[in-house]
Amino acid sequence: MSTAPSHNFFEGEASHLVEPKRYTPRNELPDYSHLDDLEARSIYILREAFNKFEDLAMLWSIGKDSSVMLWLARKAFFGHVPFPCAHVDTRYKIPAMIEFRDALAKEWGLKMVVGTNQAAYDRGQTYPAGNATRVECCSLLKRDGLQDLIAEHGYESVILGIRRDEDGTRAKERYFSPRNQQFEWDFRDQPPELWDQFKTDFEPGTHLRIHPLLHWTEVNIWEYIDRERIPVVPVYFAKNGRRYRSLGCAPCTFPVKSEASNIAEIISELQNTNVSERSTRAQDQEGEDAFERLRASGYM
Amino acid sequence: MSQASQNPLEIVIVGHVDHGKSTLVGRLFFETGSMPEGKVEAIEAMCKRRGVPFEWAFLMDALRAERDQNITIDTSHIWFKTAKRPYVIIDAPGHREFLKNMITGAASASAALLLIAADEGVQEQSRRHGYMLSLLGIRQVAVVVNKMDLVDFSEKRFQEIETEYRKFLKEIGLEPLVFVPISARGGENIVEPSKSLGWFDGPTVVQVLDSFAPPVASSETALRFPVQDVYRFDHRRIIAGRIETGTLKVGDEIVFYPTGRSSKVASIEGWGSQGVSEAIPGGSVGITLEDQLFVERGHVALKKGDRAPGLARRVTANVFWLGKRPLKIGSVLKVKLATQEHSCRVAEITGVLDASTLEVRQGVDFLERDDVATVVLETDRPLVVDLQADFVSTGRFVLVDGYDVSGGGIVVGFEEKSVQVTAEVLNPETRWGILGQKGLIVELKGTDVARNTVERLLLESGIRASASTNEHAAALRDAGVVALIRGPAELSFDLSEVGALDVVTAIRLAARISQEPAH
Repeated sequence: MSTAPSHNFFEGEASHLVEPKRYTPRNELPDYSHLDDLEARSIYILREAFNKFEDLAMLWSIGKDSSVMLWLARKAFFGHVPFPCAHVDTRYKIPAMIEFRDALAKEWGLKMVVGTNQAAYDRGQTYPAGNATRVECCSLLKRDGLQDLIAEHGYESVILGIRRDEDGTRAKERYFSPRNQQFEWDFRDQPPELWDQFKTDFEPGTHLRIHPLLHWTEVNIWEYIDRERIPVVPVYFAKNGRRYRSLGCAPCTFPVKSEASNIAEIISELQNTNVSERSTRAQDQEGEDAFERLRASGYM
Repeated sequence: MSQASQNPLEIVIVGHVDHGKSTLVGRLFFETGSMPEGKVEAIEAMCKRRGVPFEWAFLMDALRAERDQNITIDTSHIWFKTAKRPYVIIDAPGHREFLKNMITGAASASAALLLIAADEGVQEQSRRHGYMLSLLGIRQVAVVVNKMDLVDFSEKRFQEIETEYRKFLKEIGLEPLVFVPISARGGENIVEPSKSLGWFDGPTVVQVLDSFAPPVASSETALRFPVQDVYRFDHRRIIAGRIETGTLKVGDEIVFYPTGRSSKVASIEGWGSQGVSEAIPGGSVGITLEDQLFVERGHVALKKGDRAPGLARRVTANVFWLGKRPLKIGSVLKVKLATQEHSCRVAEITGVLDASTLEVRQGVDFLERDDVATVVLETDRPLVVDLQADFVSTGRFVLVDGYDVSGGGIVVGFEEKSVQVTAEVLNPETRWGILGQKGLIVELKGTDVARNTVERLLLESGIRASASTNEHAAALRDAGVVALIRGPAELSFDLSEVGALDVVTAIRLAARISQEPAH
């Protein structure tokens, strides 16, 4: 591909957020050229979304995937993020995530839109408060939080950083995936999607979820972070024998045993594991189709 | 130090329902040690809880509805590795009603495994899927004959299927790499050669996968650069798009179609990269020009001297229709070709193909869901188009009906001729002929209730009708409507004497257009 990155432009950018030693030294970087194709496909999708929709937002969960997606947006739009970044703050996020969000949003000049289901939180209708199951808590704080945010701002479409290799229902997703007026996902009747022609026409009142990272794997995400020197929340790196593999709410997200203190070690660890990434997210484990039901009702 | 990784080869598995596609994928995973930790145990526990036998297919069929009905509804992607390289396996549904999902899964694949169950042999969807692969341009295929255990691993049965299916595939231009007998359920000939299939000296499924060639970039050197968007960031006017074929360098003189305006490339823009001087196929890039030209989304750039695309107003294409409503002659749709979007009209349906029997029906004036046909589309603005055989990305399109992507097509011909226009002033008879109903003025005597009943019954039976004042009746008639008035008219009914249904029958007959062609 054309845009072989030379990186010099970014030297030092956001370096106070991530210690340089986490990244592979430039002269030792492996051949990451296979990422060019993944990058070009995602940029094409982001540009398609921006061309088609005026009321568009990118959901930034502060995790590694949506941070890569944010980076891809800056590449697609030549250093700009021409739409707001939306964050659904459950008030239970791992504290390092919120610090990181505020610092990076300032540094990159992002237009942030933060939504919280304050009513449910105030009523104590949450898992940590003991008045809801994990899945109910996710439905209220994350799904409803997202729906309120979409409704309040009238977004026609929302860009999300989910990947097909995360779980079985996401493996069946489309790049442009319609949601009905109740925000539901009709997985029984999805639009055909072929030849980079996407569903961009939809009934008023319904909206689209756009998924530019569907074809990336967890390893690809880390390779790209390494190559591009993208800042990530420091809790991904091992401390006292543990690290976070996936980020979410503190009460339901568990660190894994790991000694990986830099990206090369994380990649090597992932290449030798047979454990799925979402196994560290407790809400997925509450029954055979807990996650499918959450997603069908409008979860990310 | 981690190893450099490579992108997976995308393989689609297609075939008739219940021939064992999902089972093969589950077994491939298990046999190659790609199964996530605890997954087999989780499936076993789930099967036990539901009181159903263990199925490898449950690995791919992630949706509850799929497990409940034991079928694959939507296409799924799953990653796995052989010693040679990584793969994405795309499991496509075999039910006829899920053809649109099968096409979604197959369209992005580099190669395909066609699966046939040895006991049932070649079935309707085995043929239809074979045809769809050929239409989608997938040339690398291998045939896997599954469930050999159900036919006592019979070599004779295997050869019968090979002979029959090879003949069919040849007719549609597909030359399979190899036919391989297996038993997915028993894991026979997946990774290790099977003892029960001692007579077979060909490859295992994994060896077949490893023998597929990775996708190669088109050798076409002419540039096709469809414009995706034009940005004005930081006082630069950047033309964004993807290089489909050819290359683009700073200083190249490029021409935009359909306007024919040309300029030189001033820069290739990047962010986080410096000194890019050449863009190559597959790249999503941005360029600036030396001159201020009017360029917009949909325009296609090529280099001066490159083979030019067509500027077509009539396009002949092999179309597959997936819409909920039929595609009719006269239907107005949106065509999306590369980044162009134009309204188009279905001018002709020249032949409908039964993708299973390969019979062609002529004289058909509409397509139903899952039909494949040769169709002529007309647009009123010129479409920048190539034959699919020459340039893939500007030689294929999708059709949008209302809000829905409802079909796709590959371009096999085009003409620059403009859309049929008519200087003829339409008279009522011509209008009625196109609508398929005459206009009439009918006097209805009787109560308001009886008159309203007749009007409703007419509308419900498909006749355009409206209660009217005497003075508007003629205009309604000329427009092709049955005008129901109180005043005198040639056709007259008294509803106190004749039943409403009899009146409706009489009016329907009078409004009928004779069967001869109307124009």
